[in-house]
Amino acid sequence: MAAIKVHGSVLSTATQRVLACLYEKELEFEFVPVDMKAGAHKQEPFLSLNPFGQVPAFEHGDFQLFESRAISQYIAHEFSNKGTQLIYPGSKSMATLAVWMEVEAHQYDPAASKLAWEQFYKPLFGMVTDTAAVEENEAKLTKVLDIYENRLSQSKYLAGDSFSLADLHHIPVTQILVGTQSKKLFESRPHVSAWVADITARPACSKFLAMQKQ
Amino acid sequence: MATPVKVYGPPLSTAVSRVLACLLEKDVNFQLISVNMSKGEHKAPDFLKIQPFGQVPAFQDEEISLFESRAICRYICDKHADKGNRGLYGTNPLVKASIDQWLEAEGQNFNPPSSVLVFQLAFAPRMKIKQDPAVIKQNEEKLGKVLDVYEKRLGESRFLAGDEFSLADLSHLPNTHYLVSVTDRGELFTSRKNVGRWWGEISGRDSWKKVVEMQNQGS
Repeated sequence: MAAIKVHGSVLSTATQRVLACLYEKELEFEFVPVDMKAGAHKQEPFLSLNPFGQVPAFEHGDFQLFESRAISQYIAHEFSNKGTQLIYPGSKSMATLAVWMEVEAHQYDPAASKLAWEQFYKPLFGMVTDTAAVEENEAKLTKVLDIYENRLSQSKYLAGDSFSLADLHHIPVTQILVGTQSKKLFESRPHVSAWVADITARPACSKFLAMQKQ
Repeated sequence: MATPVKVYGPPLSTAVSRVLACLLEKDVNFQLISVNMSKGEHKAPDFLKIQPFGQVPAFQDEEISLFESRAICRYICDKHADKGNRGLYGTNPLVKASIDQWLEAEGQNFNPPSSVLVFQLAFAPRMKIKQDPAVIKQNEEKLGKVLDVYEKRLGESRFLAGDEFSLADLSHLPNTHYLVSVTDRGELFTSRKNVGRWWGEISGRDSWKKVVEMQNQGS
């Protein structure tokens, strides 16, 4: 098998999205840390891997990709016969999967990422949390989670009865929010709460978190 | 002949027009069903059943019900791989992955600032909503940085994902059309040589011209 490399930061949720996917698929890979503190992601040689200067970037042999959700979809299809099944067969089920992957990307992640930035990353970097931004984004996430609560009362996982990429894409930022005051948004919704507990308990999640201790 | 698919929403909506462009590229028959957003029809209980976020478009193909324009486009391309523009979503996994990469770049990097500018500059005036100059400036700067990346890329490649027009390019049509045609910020695109060349090519496609016609018919 051609070598797999992930260039990124163990603290980046987008990088973690790809790591989670690789761990779910039980694939060997090399992790190449990018020194973001030194601005390595905004310079060559990294820019040749991701012209937007963002982590992660991915290599499978000579094939290069960026954008974590494009990478995870590539991995899920290319290695569909390995590890956890992350995509659904059939155009109807794949379509539903595509819907909920877009929901994560456009409805959930914007607000969730801002909450993680304010409450987890800013303190980590010695910056001050903007409580107004927290309030604003908790209000946005609340509306999204009401829809999730309804969805998850009809379906065990977002796109269907089994765990898929749609759920996996949520893991990194959700795992962070569970450790902040925003966890109350999950806890007050029983189906969302059970789903959050389920997806953050997956071994792949503890595996990418363990990389932070190395 | 298959039952036409149903697209719910006004063609003026950028997300609706994204789906319409895809259907036209793929030669898939569709029925456009109006949703009167000024009357709040997109928040009505029956509509929320097919689009729980109360946004347009919603889409139905016989018993399948979908939302999120980029997911709808992917479905159309997968189901009708052999119709119309066959290369729109790639004909092999590597090309498809590259198209996904640029579709994600559109969704994550291009769409946020360009959507804000479309709202502020094209829609807010029509809706008699006050513009926010600080927000406009901030998003112009963000979009400028994204277009700098595109300028470099489009100097190396005819279209974003390679030599062929793809879903990744198509996804940019709706927001760019408004910015270039309706606002005075078109120079963000036209002042960048490669981006300007690319815009001319993709907006000149028959499929997009038909969508613009539908928008101008004032649905």
